[in-house]
Amino acid sequence: MESKPAQTKHISREESAGYDSKTLDYIRNAAAHGLYEIRGMGAKRKVANFDDLVFLGASLSRYALEGYREKCNTKTILGTRFAKKPIELDIPITIAGMSFGSLSANVKESLGRAASEMGTSTTTGDGGMTQEERQSSKTLVYQCLPSRYGFNPDDVRRADAIEVVIGQGAKPGGGGMLLGQKVSPRVAKMRTLPEGIDQRSACRHPDWTGPDDLAIKIQELRELTDWEKPIYVKVGATRTFNDVKLAVHAGADVVVVDGMQGGTAATQTCFIEHIGIPTLGAVRQAVDALEDLDMKGKVQLIVSGGIRTGPDVAKALAMGADAVAIGQGVLVALGCNSDSYIQNGVHHSAMEGYAALGTAPGFCHHCHTGKCPVGITTQDPVLEQYLNPEVGAMRLRNYLKTLNMELTTIARACGKQNVHHLEREDLVALTVEAAAMAHLPLAGTNWIPGSNGD
Amino acid sequence: MENLTFDLAKSSLRELNQLLHKDAKDGKLGKVTVLNPDGAHNIAVGLDCPVEVEVQGHAGYYVGGMNKIATITVMGSAGTGVGENMMSGKVHVKGFASNGAGASAHGGLLVIDGDAGLRCGISLKGGDIVVGGSVGSFSAFMAQAGRMVICGDAGDALGDSLYEAVLYVRGNIKTLGSDAQIEPMSQADLDTVADLLAQAGLKHDPKGFKRIASKRELYHWNVDANQEY
Repeated sequence: MESKPAQTKHISREESAGYDSKTLDYIRNAAAHGLYEIRGMGAKRKVANFDDLVFLGASLSRYALEGYREKCNTKTILGTRFAKKPIELDIPITIAGMSFGSLSANVKESLGRAASEMGTSTTTGDGGMTQEERQSSKTLVYQCLPSRYGFNPDDVRRADAIEVVIGQGAKPGGGGMLLGQKVSPRVAKMRTLPEGIDQRSACRHPDWTGPDDLAIKIQELRELTDWEKPIYVKVGATRTFNDVKLAVHAGADVVVVDGMQGGTAATQTCFIEHIGIPTLGAVRQAVDALEDLDMKGKVQLIVSGGIRTGPDVAKALAMGADAVAIGQGVLVALGCNSDSYIQNGVHHSAMEGYAALGTAPGFCHHCHTGKCPVGITTQDPVLEQYLNPEVGAMRLRNYLKTLNMELTTIARACGKQNVHHLEREDLVALTVEAAAMAHLPLAGTNWIPGSNGD
Repeated sequence: MENLTFDLAKSSLRELNQLLHKDAKDGKLGKVTVLNPDGAHNIAVGLDCPVEVEVQGHAGYYVGGMNKIATITVMGSAGTGVGENMMSGKVHVKGFASNGAGASAHGGLLVIDGDAGLRCGISLKGGDIVVGGSVGSFSAFMAQAGRMVICGDAGDALGDSLYEAVLYVRGNIKTLGSDAQIEPMSQADLDTVADLLAQAGLKHDPKGFKRIASKRELYHWNVDANQEY
């Protein structure tokens, strides 16, 4: 019997590092559409982050506190510099600014309810304040953005704090974007725009340019509110050392620094992945700036962009932040990127929705389409029903509770009765990159890259 | 209700604004005359009642900012952002206005007897602006709603990225911005211009104005538009 020789033809699978499948996809997309990619969420690339730091718990050289018995204070006060009515929060974990428009009204209500129950704040977004949000959120921060969509003095007076937004970590130097599918009749009316247009917001404020003008703008907001409300200034992390100094010079009570991992509902991918610096480096520069001006503790610092877990919160605080703000983590708690949504206590598959968008749970960044398979980043009357505000509020409250428990657990392990007593000395870095960015010693050494001319 | 004179050389801006927020709102004040403004910023911001404020001199940034209902008259010139984000009422500048006059105004009427600087009416959201003189470049940038009447000339890029605001210009337009175009004046436009001129106390023939509105070609992503946006 004659036997055939085995197939020996070799198929080469050598992938190019420069022209990997991601890059090939990118070029093919560009060639097919002639338009840059727009998407939601934050940077997907790997950057040095809080996971690259670890705490030095108490041992012989430090006393630990009993994890389950001894009190650990989480009270957080923001806006002590000039405001007559500073913001008092029970936990140092706040909800980042996300607009009604990018999110459904149900989601905004969930955020307000959960935040109020947990004693923390929510923040409006590019699109004005809704009645539901003001009612559900006990402490509401009202953003003053370049677009000024829906901005109005009555809402300024109804707010608990004002946040002047200069930029956002996902897109420093860029304005907001809301594609036509999400510019519903209500959203359009609130923003004074024609229904269904692709809204591209301004990137600069209409009535001021530069830090000296900003000082006068802040004074205007103070005069308007009779100096009662704290004024925050939010910057996307880039030249953070200088920007924080200028924000302080302009009269901010609170500076919010949003790193490149921070999310967005829609912007160009080239912005998300290629503009801005990681949160880890930014928080270090921000604290340096405050210390340089002798303003640490006088002007409070809120850090956002890639804060996901209790340890992230603890590390941000130890680095010198007074509070953190969370956006994407909050959405994930509500069901973002989950394979199902919950209706009347029953899980329903969302797989078809993901498939229609050409994606799958865990990979979805299609907030910009308004077709969120789990009903979060949508204005669609059917999809928005996928998130029940009560279920959302319960899940978010659980998430915030978990983070806070982890935060206090870590603080006690480091011997702190107050989470704000966590300090840089409690941290070391696991990688050279993180050590250099955070200006912390590499674990087990006393080497801080860049210090003493090393 | 009483009329009051407030001297900024003797008392602080804070006291003035507090007075305008509290006593005026309580209906105690009819007219407040502000002496020695000396270019102070943030005069009469955030008013929310039918009080009348007359500023005897030049004002700095944001005079009449976020105004509701009140009538504010600046007898001199005004700095950046006069009447910014106004909701209703009236702000009248007898002299010239600097950059960003009437920026993002949602309502009310801003009248500038002289010229206005750059970006007049930027992001306009429903307010009306009448400029007796000329406006600088980038005026009505991204203006969303409302009307602007410009009796003099307009600088570069007038009405760039316009939405639904409508502009009327009597003089020369140096250049139009992206997506702005000159359109024929209808009878409704002539009536609008006549009405706004009358409110501003200006006498021009409405027939001498051109109408500028959006081509609406940038409302949606357009692959062929290249660097137009």
